Amino acid sequence: MNNSNLAQILIRAVEEADSSDRLLDAVQELAAAGTEEAVPTLIAALGYNNPGAAVAAVDGLIAIGETAVQPLLELIDNYNYGARAWAIRALAGIGDVRALNTLLEAAKTDFSLSVRRAAARGLGTLRWHQVPPEKLESIQTQVLEALLVISQDPEWVVRYAAVTSLETLAIAMAVTLPDQASRITNQLQQMLDTDVDLGVRTRVKFAQQKIQQQQHQQVFAPKRKREDPELPYRGGSRR
Amino acid sequence: MNPSPEKIKDLSLTGENTDGGSLTVEQAIANLESGDLGLRFYAAWWLGRFRISEPTAVTALIKALEDEADRTPEGGYPLRRNAARALGKLGDRQAVSPLIGCLDCSDFYVREAAIQSLEMLGDPVCIPALIKLLAVGLQGEEIISSKQPDLSQPYDAILEALGTLRATEFTPLVKAFLEHPIELVQYAAARAMYQLTQEPVYGERLVQALGGEKLQLRRAVLADLGAIGYLPAADAIAQTLAENSLKLISLKGLLEHQVNHITPNSFSEGAIKVMNLMDSLL
Repeated sequence: MNNSNLAQILIRAVEEADSSDRLLDAVQELAAAGTEEAVPTLIAALGYNNPGAAVAAVDGLIAIGETAVQPLLELIDNYNYGARAWAIRALAGIGDVRALNTLLEAAKTDFSLSVRRAAARGLGTLRWHQVPPEKLESIQTQVLEALLVISQDPEWVVRYAAVTSLETLAIAMAVTLPDQASRITNQLQQMLDTDVDLGVRTRVKFAQQKIQQQQHQQVFAPKRKREDPELPYRGGSRR
Repeated sequence: MNPSPEKIKDLSLTGENTDGGSLTVEQAIANLESGDLGLRFYAAWWLGRFRISEPTAVTALIKALEDEADRTPEGGYPLRRNAARALGKLGDRQAVSPLIGCLDCSDFYVREAAIQSLEMLGDPVCIPALIKLLAVGLQGEEIISSKQPDLSQPYDAILEALGTLRATEFTPLVKAFLEHPIELVQYAAARAMYQLTQEPVYGERLVQALGGEKLQLRRAVLADLGAIGYLPAADAIAQTLAENSLKLISLKGLLEHQVNHITPNSFSEGAIKVMNLMDSLL
């Protein structure tokens, strides 16, 4: 049996599943197959109102990666906010820059908080190396402007997601746009001082700590290299 | 008569619709006495939703707890239900004794709403009245056993309130409800027992329930674990089959418990673990 036949069988199993457990199993198997043909069926599974199946489908779409991006952008369900949130999660997990406008739009204007949350997160997981160097500054500035707005969303979970993205953006911009990075640190400090939600304030503190650690490394890592070229680089996450 | 779906609906829809309508505070308060019963009902909800804690709003809502005009065919009191719910959100202790009065109401949902609001207001003066309702399901210190589960009182709400209000002198009565035939009531008892005793065995009972068959029960348990801030549940919460929104609310409960009670001025390992799990669910 070739791969295409296998994919057809797995797809049929999803379409014919008659209980939520069978659906979960079938989606998991299809997702594990990791074939491009599975993409439309996995996207459809985001709309079945079965959280287990949706998680499996998102994982499968993320594993398939870039080839799933275009179908995801085309098939996003504008009438089912549950499915839309999962699709945005898949796009965020893939991190492909082609999703940028969809993410910006969703994070700023979608009526569903779970969609805004997933999109806000996705703005922080974009793969910047895909962006042509001459466009990097303008796109990062655009994302920064959006995140500054999104971090004032009425829902705590959307602000929380925005903080995670401000954190990764601050670290990316420390290299590309150091002048702009202070806008992020100012916004985080303001949130720490004024946000009504303890969970959000706690995540802000965590972000500040991670940004500081990163800056510390950027200041001291090259120096250390010069002083002692024998010392191996010990990785980003160590103190 | 199942008190749970409504609570869950409130939780999962939090903020999906933040449309404030075009009401003003004055209008909403005036609408509580409108000839249009629909407008009264909506105004009571609105005042709670937007946390309008002005004294005139509180007074008007307390008055609405005695409404006789708005009745369902079954004899329920829709306006009283909404007024009781709103008063819990407004945080004004003047509402405590009128809400205790609601515990005698013939409408199950009025009693349930009043109990939940008394829990939110946090005044232990209501404990004896709650125990009186709880005792309907007890024979001495044991659960009344019969073929039909007793659903005459909102036991889950009563148990949750007793846990939150730290009614430690009534722990044996709460414990009896671990044997209630309805799972949801058992979980409420486990949640309260954890709050009253801090013994991990009760937290673990809830963790175990996250592996259960029914989505609706898993959702309820997520709310319970968040409410008690039981850190060892973190991974199980992240992995259970339920909506990420509900898992995030539950994990936020764990995180805030760490920050409030465990390590106020620095991050515990637990807090960092919970934040990393939350990030992965966004």
